[in-house]
Amino acid sequence: MDDGALRVDGNALAGELSEVFSQEMTVARVACGGCGAVEQLGADHAYIQAPGMVLRCCHCDNVLLVMVRAGEQLRVSLAGSRWIDL
Amino acid sequence: MARAAIRGRLSWTLGDVVELIDETPRVRSILLDLPDWPGHRAGQHVDVRLTAEDGYQAQRSYSIASAPEDDRLAITVEALPDGEVSSYLVGELRVGDKLELRGPIGGYFVWDADRTDPLLLVAGGSGVVPLMSMIRHRRASGATVAAKLLFSSRTWEDVIYREELERLASASDGLTVVQTLTRMQPEGWTGYARRVDAAMLSEVGWPTSAMPASFVCGPTPFVEAVASALVLLGHAASTIKTERFGPTGG
Repeated sequence: MDDGALRVDGNALAGELSEVFSQEMTVARVACGGCGAVEQLGADHAYIQAPGMVLRCCHCDNVLLVMVRAGEQLRVSLAGSRWIDL
Repeated sequence: MARAAIRGRLSWTLGDVVELIDETPRVRSILLDLPDWPGHRAGQHVDVRLTAEDGYQAQRSYSIASAPEDDRLAITVEALPDGEVSSYLVGELRVGDKLELRGPIGGYFVWDADRTDPLLLVAGGSGVVPLMSMIRHRRASGATVAAKLLFSSRTWEDVIYREELERLASASDGLTVVQTLTRMQPEGWTGYARRVDAAMLSEVGWPTSAMPASFVCGPTPFVEAVASALVLLGHAASTIKTERFGPTGG
């Protein structure tokens, strides 16, 4: 299967993000650390069938956010995001 | 219903299954009583979690089908081949069972009835579910903003909410429903019989001058084809909100 068919929207991460943030995150603006584009998180692309959840920039495909769960531990990486507006 | 205010982190809760409605042979609506439900906005979803006796858990997201004004929360689920959660929800769940969920979730793919820009809703299969919440919300709130639903299904039997949509569209309150049947059409069918394309969107949808708000939901290839066609027709990408279901939908 073409990987593109697995793509969903940032909206699909909303439930997991709600465990971390008290604010509704899909309307939060995210600046891409790669190309600098600013989008609401819900407009970026998500891949949720990997062992973790990955959010990628909808313009340049740079990885913005990764969430990996191991047991009770949830690791969140925002290394690919320049900033997030809360 | 007031907009969901900033609130604490979501937690899992148990709902009572109070009614089950078979929408099509593979699609079922589940109506729930949730004691502490904070209310939702049209377009939001919930996460449903099933736990097996050995502790194994599986979790999926399902769009809310009911209007914020409705007494009971409804989700509509399509049974997917090998879908471990959807096949249970469609085939085995019974009235009186409890269902674990958290929500409402998401603030991006939502529509509130106080908006005044014309509405274009484009659905592929069970992608109609969050759009149905918007249509029901529009009706329940008495909103008169013009709305069009372009709904792509495989066959007439696969059209989810078919009777309710016919009833709502016949009310002449500014809602237009256009169906396209991509795989098989009933005898005498005069509607569209192909996949949604730019020509169809141009005929059914709004001119760019109307500055519509567009919501597109369905399997990923469907959503991306429709969103690209809308951009091709001159609609600003920022006015097109998408919700992709992944490869299979639901």
